[in-house]
Amino acid sequence: MEHVTGEGIGARLLRKEDDRFMRGRGEYVGDIRLPGMQEVAFLRSPLAHARIKAINIPPALRDRVLVAEDLQGVAPIRADTALPGFKSSVQPILAIGKVRYVGEAVALCVAPTRAEAEDLAAEIEVDLEPLPAVHDMLQGRRPGAPLVHEQWGDNLFLTTFTDVNFEAVKEAVKVGAAVSVTRELRTARQAMCPLEGRGVVTDWNARLGQIVVYSSTQQPHIVRSGLAECLRLDEGAIRVVAPDVGGGFGYKGILLPEEVALAWATRRLGVPLRWLEDRRENLIAGADCREHHYILTAYADAQGRLLALDCEATVDSGAYSAYPFSACLEAGQIGSILPGLYDFPHYRCRTWSVATNKPPILPYRGVARTGVCFALEVTLDALARKLGIEPTELRFNSLVRPEQMPFDNIAKRHFDSGDYPEALRRAVDAIGLDKVRARQREGERDGRRIGVGFAMYAEQAGHGTSVYAAWGIPFVPGYEQCQARFTPDGALELRIGAHSHGQGLETTLSQVAHSILGVPHDRIRLIHGDTAATPYSTGTWGSRSMIMSGGAVASACEALADRVLDLGARLLQARREEVRIEDGAVVGPSGRIAVAEVARTWYRRPQDLPPDLNPGGLELTAGYKAKRDTGTFSYAAHAAVVAVDTQTGELELLDYVVVEDGGVLVNPMIVDGQILGGTAQGIGTALYEEMPYDAQGQPLASTLSDYMLPGPAEVPEVRILHMETPSPYTRFGQKGIGEGGAIAPPAAITNAVNDALKELGAELLVSPITPRRIVEAIARARPRAEAALA
Amino acid sequence: MKPAAFDYVRPATVAEALGALNGPPGAKVLAGGQTLGPMLNLRLAQPGLLVDITRIPELAAVSEDKDAVTIGATVTHAAIEDGRIPDPTGGFLSRVARGIAYRAVRTRGTIGGSLAHADPSADWLAGLTALGADALVAGPGGSRRVPVSAFVRGAMETQLAPGELLTGIRIPRFPLEARFGFHKICRKTGEFADAIAVVVAIPQQAYLAAVVGPTSGPPVLIEMRKVDWPSAAMTLEEAKGILTAADQLRNHAGDDGYARALHAAALKRAYDEAFAV
Repeated sequence: MEHVTGEGIGARLLRKEDDRFMRGRGEYVGDIRLPGMQEVAFLRSPLAHARIKAINIPPALRDRVLVAEDLQGVAPIRADTALPGFKSSVQPILAIGKVRYVGEAVALCVAPTRAEAEDLAAEIEVDLEPLPAVHDMLQGRRPGAPLVHEQWGDNLFLTTFTDVNFEAVKEAVKVGAAVSVTRELRTARQAMCPLEGRGVVTDWNARLGQIVVYSSTQQPHIVRSGLAECLRLDEGAIRVVAPDVGGGFGYKGILLPEEVALAWATRRLGVPLRWLEDRRENLIAGADCREHHYILTAYADAQGRLLALDCEATVDSGAYSAYPFSACLEAGQIGSILPGLYDFPHYRCRTWSVATNKPPILPYRGVARTGVCFALEVTLDALARKLGIEPTELRFNSLVRPEQMPFDNIAKRHFDSGDYPEALRRAVDAIGLDKVRARQREGERDGRRIGVGFAMYAEQAGHGTSVYAAWGIPFVPGYEQCQARFTPDGALELRIGAHSHGQGLETTLSQVAHSILGVPHDRIRLIHGDTAATPYSTGTWGSRSMIMSGGAVASACEALADRVLDLGARLLQARREEVRIEDGAVVGPSGRIAVAEVARTWYRRPQDLPPDLNPGGLELTAGYKAKRDTGTFSYAAHAAVVAVDTQTGELELLDYVVVEDGGVLVNPMIVDGQILGGTAQGIGTALYEEMPYDAQGQPLASTLSDYMLPGPAEVPEVRILHMETPSPYTRFGQKGIGEGGAIAPPAAITNAVNDALKELGAELLVSPITPRRIVEAIARARPRAEAALA
Repeated sequence: MKPAAFDYVRPATVAEALGALNGPPGAKVLAGGQTLGPMLNLRLAQPGLLVDITRIPELAAVSEDKDAVTIGATVTHAAIEDGRIPDPTGGFLSRVARGIAYRAVRTRGTIGGSLAHADPSADWLAGLTALGADALVAGPGGSRRVPVSAFVRGAMETQLAPGELLTGIRIPRFPLEARFGFHKICRKTGEFADAIAVVVAIPQQAYLAAVVGPTSGPPVLIEMRKVDWPSAAMTLEEAKGILTAADQLRNHAGDDGYARALHAAALKRAYDEAFAV
């Protein structure tokens, strides 16, 4: 039934949404103006950890300020998991009793303008009794550390333990059949910085008895469920609208206390309210992510094959468990992600999710994988150096082979398809490993040192019911729906519950529909981002939309095609099996009738219809679930060449190659865009982005002059090569690829730097790699290198 | 964040501006607003009155005489970058201007605003110090001319007294044979400098000077040893040696080998650029 027009699945179709975006005509939360709308500013905690002794509000301002005691009947945010031993946190909408991080909202202030609302906030005195802060996850793990949640008795949200036949590796070590290296690694805390920050506009619709919440979110339906739970309302009493969303990356998959507070306050005050997060709130209070610490030992056998991994991983989870993904999305997955693409027999991994006096850690593009890839791939390179072999050789020896696919790895991940060694081979060829080695032997005329590094990962995407049921977080994804409808003039409307925040779903889902129905793209309209207009969905996260919504759109279009064919056959007086859809028409042995004409007949001239028809008409909802819900595994090999100035630590990316396999690509141009954008963010993680905290728990990068993001000049030309191994489990063989670009750059670039510095004995084990850290690593290595020569 | 309430005036003459600045306390000059704007938004600055000087024709003017070019305080970095004003250095001013922040900032940011703000990392601070430029200051008691090296007293600190206005910068004309080198080391394009060095040489006059920064004070002017012209490239060891002799830089960097290395590298590169054939 699929149409081959050159504009369906596989086409590099220009993005439909770009016409409005490129002309500055998108509609974001910040563009929404409602009559009588008031602005909100939040008074936020200046301390990381303190007891609230009093909040003094000048009486004249009292009716324009809300604090926790005002929020009668509002429940706190709870995001529990079903994992054994998980400790629950209770995140108040406005702080109660204590503040647990700098930036935690204490009071909501309402005024005609944001500036006046900030003036109000400045009039409020919060009497705080400072408490010692948990400013670091390792400090927080130690006995006797200050307690973020007193009733816990420690600071551990969760610990996990995985052991697969690990003891046996000790035998190999005893008989000298194994080589090992141990490394301590750390990734910085980061803040996600979508161009558009969070934002909420709320309104009370008395006619429908509904609170309408316009929010910059990836998951309107999940926000509605969360709001209903906190406000103790029926879900029907809340409508969530997500207009255009200017980047999400995971940050916009979170229910914010601010959303709950505004929704409640708009009903209570009876006026529309607006809060737009500013960059300072975004950086210090909102969007924390990524902070990991590892002690990792990798073992290889005498043949240079990976034999075992032994890991202790700690994640700084921040003060509260964020809704819906919980405080343990990162650490809880490390055990299953760490084995990477490799096949080895012995494994042990212990993880700690530590509560600290920092904002909650949130999922960021690549969730946990960026840190894990960094730890594993950097340690593998150290192991290869110890073995005296090329790091790529260790990988070729250890990767899961294509003939093993599908493959259940040592952590029970089910890899669906792919040829991992081939991806690495192509990356080795494209980056020109031999040429780089030759160039290194010659040395650089400018005195810099060059190095080459590789990193690989798999990106699980679209994983569904079985995975999340075991996890037990507030939602479990099940079936995905699409509502499809032919309008009376024959145009096609598609409604989905997922949301596009830069992925180009208006284009790619149109391609799916076009492939099945042949309707021209300018007659296909995607409606999404509104709980009142779309079927329920857990939303856009986990690189799932092309798999799940793509599948649902296909199901709905097939079902719709079936009805169009039924009708068309009757109108053409042909048998059902004699007709087909072709070039926007139903074609039978004796003639053709345009699909638009079929639609017009159905809606406008029912008197022309024969009797005994399916009364369901040209509008339906159909659902989809992948044949296996353990997810697709797209994967990639990244390769980087760097030049390092050993005097100043300056680093230049000379070349960057990505060999990516995302299964069948629905729109390769959009895939390239996803990879490029992700890689740019990965370069940020590798070289620039860091949110340091001092010992009092104060964030030290509160503006973009301190929190450094890569700009266009910092991102090199990235060369992308595609492989297309279909997933056996999805509708078109497609795989989720939205996040992968952001996973490997820190590992690949660090490996390249360590390759450049290997003769100096210097190694970088902390991201981001800053010029100062490079110079200091070289200085630390110097005495060792000199001692070795002496 | 949004600014606290303030009053705003846009005078048409320097005299009017001085009148506003010498009214009730708490007045602040607004030029391009590229630093003051964010400071207002963060409420780090809460002036009672903003005196917008960008519509004063004489502050946007450039005048020339046989010894110097005087650039009005509100001339933008972009105007200098684009060569829209006469350049007494034969292109060096344009070279400095185009390394400042981003084009959007350069379009609004002004040379006078940069100098008056006196951020130690700012490109003009080092550049104008090395060129031996003068700051022109107007106040209620009249006008005065101060060498930039004296005008800047420390980090974010100048000789400007309350009620005074920086009206322009007078840059001496350099002979054709003059050589310039400029190098900024920063984490990414457009960032403030982690190290900055300017080298100015006039072979006929056996003049060779370098300015290195940033420090916690004004940029450091170093009179360098007389050398044969043109010199071969400087080695890093030589650069380090020169910098060690500069007390202020040594004190600033202290034991921080990284900071010392950056200063030395910037000096070497600026020197090499000045003497590149």
